[in-house]
Amino acid sequence: MNIIEVSGLSKDYDGFKAVNGIDFSVLKGEVFGFLGPNGAGKTTTINMLTGLARPTSGSISIAGEDGIREIKRVQRIIGIVPDESNLYDDLSGYENLVFCSALYGVRKAAREGRARELLELFGLADTGKKPFKAFSKGMKRKLTIAAGIIHDPEILFLDEPTTGIDVESARQIRRLVRELNDRGTTIFLTTHYIEEAERLCDRIGFIVGGKVVKIGTVSELMKDAQKESIVELTLEKDPSEFKTEVSEEFSDVSISMRSDNTIRIASREPIKLMPFMSFFSSRGIDVYEAKIIQPSLEEVFVEVTGIEVDRMKKEKEGKKR
Amino acid sequence: MSSALAYWTILMKDMKNYYLKPPNISWGIIFPISWTLMFFVRSEGPVDIRGILPGVMSLSVLFGTTSMLAVTITFERKSRSFERLLLAPISLKLLMLAKTTGAILFGIINAFIPVLFALLIVDLSGINWFLVSVSVLLIAVTSTFLGLFIAVSVNEVFEAQTFSNFFRFPMMFLCGLFIPIENLPVFLRPFSFILPLTYGADSLKHAINGNGIINPLVSVFILLGFAVFLFLISTRNIERRWIY
Repeated sequence: MNIIEVSGLSKDYDGFKAVNGIDFSVLKGEVFGFLGPNGAGKTTTINMLTGLARPTSGSISIAGEDGIREIKRVQRIIGIVPDESNLYDDLSGYENLVFCSALYGVRKAAREGRARELLELFGLADTGKKPFKAFSKGMKRKLTIAAGIIHDPEILFLDEPTTGIDVESARQIRRLVRELNDRGTTIFLTTHYIEEAERLCDRIGFIVGGKVVKIGTVSELMKDAQKESIVELTLEKDPSEFKTEVSEEFSDVSISMRSDNTIRIASREPIKLMPFMSFFSSRGIDVYEAKIIQPSLEEVFVEVTGIEVDRMKKEKEGKKR
Repeated sequence: MSSALAYWTILMKDMKNYYLKPPNISWGIIFPISWTLMFFVRSEGPVDIRGILPGVMSLSVLFGTTSMLAVTITFERKSRSFERLLLAPISLKLLMLAKTTGAILFGIINAFIPVLFALLIVDLSGINWFLVSVSVLLIAVTSTFLGLFIAVSVNEVFEAQTFSNFFRFPMMFLCGLFIPIENLPVFLRPFSFILPLTYGADSLKHAINGNGIINPLVSVFILLGFAVFLFLISTRNIERRWIY
């Protein structure tokens, strides 16, 4: 069942199309990732879905409600974690959480209990009266996520949740995202980290230049990008002395020999392995391992979008600093 | 019920975070004293405390409310914490009422500090306290909403201060507190009557000394009109500029 449905959504800023007629849907209970470089339209899309920006055209449906006209009703069931922490500097972690909870009409006893529970869950219980401004970047990020789920939303929007924080905090945040999703929260996540999207998301949409260029599960995206079957055989020893022979014997496939006692066999048809095993064993070379090679999500992203992943990461990290 | 809770929570947070901070409490005391001293300095004879009271009260409210609100909202916009409020499931009008109530209360308290000082020095009998209260409330409301209008029109904290002065100083000199409106050059008089402070100060003059020139009921209605106009135009500007 779709919990978010977006159709023909566009946003223009003075003639510049930040988001250009995108269509997608998010299933209830899934982690949906939006992956794209700086300026692709990820944050603008989140802003339109959460009520911080008004679409130029198109429609949004969230949990059956009109996400444009009835945004205040929608805001009751969504939680938002923006790309930069936006809590109050002078309030403590506990005070910030209690304040955010009251904005959603949560009663005193319930909001105080929930604030304590979340501080415990996020490992921030010992921060006491320390003001938010004195928190480390990782702690700030965790508290901002806690504030996003203080009212137990059905859908959580996470904009670049791990950008600019240390490895350990990023790992904890990914674990927390997984746990939230396991408890039934639908997660809409934007990121520029391919490995994060691959690890966390059930489905991923690539967004470039304000357009969604591809959507699918990780395996679907990889399958679509795989134009040929590739098998890598690890052999007992260097097979290069049989290079010509093997090419002649298996002329219907493409074979490349590598320096680490492996050969790669590529074909548009399914590859039969037995003839290769027989070929090498008859020449006294044992085959240790046969591995199916799939393109990585990074390779798929580069192929679909034409954008170098390293450049995308550098741009984003530079912007955050 | 949940809207009332959100309103109350935002108001209490602002009171604690901004208005009840020691520097602001001292501002609330020092500012009216400074205005009183200024009137003392410019006076050639003995100072008529009761005569200057409407002026000191009006200016204390005007400067207290516009400064605080314009700065706090611009500051929250810069730190993005205002975004959190815009993302909450409460209407924009209720949100802005919650944000402005703290400044209105701060302005009202500022207005009565000179009254407390005056009580120690002169006889304040015969004052229409009901009209004083209504006038102070309406000056606080219109000045706060003017501060809101300023906050929505700028991006930086320093711009808020500069832009506030663009409104405050002409109001100060044209509202009839320093120079009676009837003594102003003819071409300046129409400007006096388009400023909300003119009506607030005149209404206070009526209530305290019985010497205003505009019917207080007219002043009250005009101030209400200014309040509604400034609030509506400010919320409309927020929708246009901040929910972009």
